[in-house]
Amino acid sequence: MAKFSKKRGKGTPAISTASLPDIIFMLLFFFMVATVMRDASLKINVNTPVATELTKIKDKSLVNNIYIGKPVAQYQNLYGTSPILQLGDKCVRKDAIEREIPLFLEQHKLKVPESRHPMIYSSIKADGKVTMGIIQDLKTALRKANQLKINYSAKPRAEG
Amino acid sequence: MVNFKKRPDAAINASSMADIAFLLFIFFLVTTTVLQDKGIAVLLPPLGDNMLMGEVKSRNLLSVFVNADHQLLVEGKQIPITRLKAVAKAFISNPEKREDLAVAPDKAVICLHHDRGTEYDTYLQVYNELKAAYSELWNELSLSWYGKPYHEEMPLAERKAIRAEIPFVISEAEPTDYASVQ
Repeated sequence: MAKFSKKRGKGTPAISTASLPDIIFMLLFFFMVATVMRDASLKINVNTPVATELTKIKDKSLVNNIYIGKPVAQYQNLYGTSPILQLGDKCVRKDAIEREIPLFLEQHKLKVPESRHPMIYSSIKADGKVTMGIIQDLKTALRKANQLKINYSAKPRAEG
Repeated sequence: MVNFKKRPDAAINASSMADIAFLLFIFFLVTTTVLQDKGIAVLLPPLGDNMLMGEVKSRNLLSVFVNADHQLLVEGKQIPITRLKAVAKAFISNPEKREDLAVAPDKAVICLHHDRGTEYDTYLQVYNELKAAYSELWNELSLSWYGKPYHEEMPLAERKAIRAEIPFVISEAEPTDYASVQ
């Protein structure tokens, strides 16, 4: 019994912070792994429409993003004011879609293991204000390149 | 000459390690995008695939036309976009077995026309409404068959059964080009 009644030193002992770096490093590694850096800065204005019937994009490495919109003011003297495509960091005019799309798709395919090639899809991030002409040209080019799985990127509609 | 006297081990001061780690941690915290990417999934038809056309009876076909002025023409009648879902649902399921609507849900074909001048936003709203009509029908069927709402994560066999009963068929015709003529 005497064993348990031994007196300790008075006052609370200081909390050891020796493991703090380890905890922070653990969190750091988690965020390092989870981070997906944005591949390119946008040179065009994209404000996607709102919709309700949305599906989540699960694996970001399987997606190639195609942006469509009008160039931002900074690039308007270079690309004009009519809607253009942006593939990666490359801006593509309407008349070059047919030529550039297969190249872009092939470049993305190189980064994906071959067994996962059938699961690749294109996410079309188009501005709500562009007309269907350019989108139809893009769809035709995608069909010619046999890239049939697409996804019209949209924002969820706020409920209420 | 050479001093072999043992020096005390120099301990590296690790107290700043936490600060460095914090700094990196905050950097990655800021750059991480939690933004979930969402969109309407569509499967394009392969090129040169016209097997569907020519076999569809007119009562099984619902033609939807969206023009460049945000107007919607369904079976020759102009309707507001808010009514499209109800019209499409009635056409696909045909609960009263009307003569002018689809024979059965698996025979129904929705034909979506648009113009090259149609705004993408308008087009996507129409597509969204048509998809909403289908997903509501799937939901109703799923509730009556399995007693639970239709969901992407339900067993594949159940989902397939529902999708076989009410297949999602939207045929998109080549767009017209009235806008550039004007």
